[in-house]
Amino acid sequence: MQLKALLAVPELGLNLKAGRSGLEREVKGGYTSDLLSHVMSRAREGDLWVTVQAHQNIVAVAVLLNLAGIIIAGGIEPQEETLSKAEAEGVPIFTTDLPIFEVVGRLYALGIRASNFYAALAQG
Amino acid sequence: MAEVAAMSHDLSYDLTIPVTGHDFLRAGEAASRIKKVLQALNLPPQVIRRASISAYEAEMNIIIHAYRGQLALKVTPEALTLVAEDEGPGIQNIDLAMQEGYSTAPDEIREMGFGAGMGLPNMKKSADRLTITSTVGQGTRVEIVIQLS
Repeated sequence: MQLKALLAVPELGLNLKAGRSGLEREVKGGYTSDLLSHVMSRAREGDLWVTVQAHQNIVAVAVLLNLAGIIIAGGIEPQEETLSKAEAEGVPIFTTDLPIFEVVGRLYALGIRASNFYAALAQG
Repeated sequence: MAEVAAMSHDLSYDLTIPVTGHDFLRAGEAASRIKKVLQALNLPPQVIRRASISAYEAEMNIIIHAYRGQLALKVTPEALTLVAEDEGPGIQNIDLAMQEGYSTAPDEIREMGFGAGMGLPNMKKSADRLTITSTVGQGTRVEIVIQLS
């Protein structure tokens, strides 16, 4: 599923705040954590990351891991520096008023899974 | 002889990037530069991922804990080596620092999602060899080696 398809799902309540150039990216999975080192070690390329962190370092993490994009949940507004960096790097950033629990549940209902978990299962 | 020198030059790559302590605005830039170089060198995606994680954690450690430092990348046909050196407080107890979840980062840095006590453990998982030397009150040197052949 492409990011732009998720943007069109009203139940997610997504607002695109930066990185429109990356909207055609394929969402291969999802990951949720607010600890950046946890994301660095566990999230996979193509994952959509749901977090309440809104400072600009989330963009560096997304770029280093080739994440599909970032959803900042819980009605938190990203800082201006975060958005300008995301725009420069082409990393789509969305906000939603929904709490993390709801966003992740609704993404799961749309078929998005934790790719690192399923990759580990496949490896036995 | 000149030809040999040119050849060995072509087969290896060196890059050193300065990192400033507490500069959260530019945090991640050194690791991003290193990642772009590794992509240009056409290294396997798994190697790029492991090196990017290591470079990011090493860079963040300098930014969170040290006054100043640098990240040096060296790539040869045999191995990729990352060396992070800093002037800073040093590490009191390296065994403790290697334990997942142990961190000396202050609260305001933890609130940003850093200082989870996973930096060195993440580096260890990503590296084939990790060497840490530190002098309290002077600084720390972390060397990460990823084998390429």
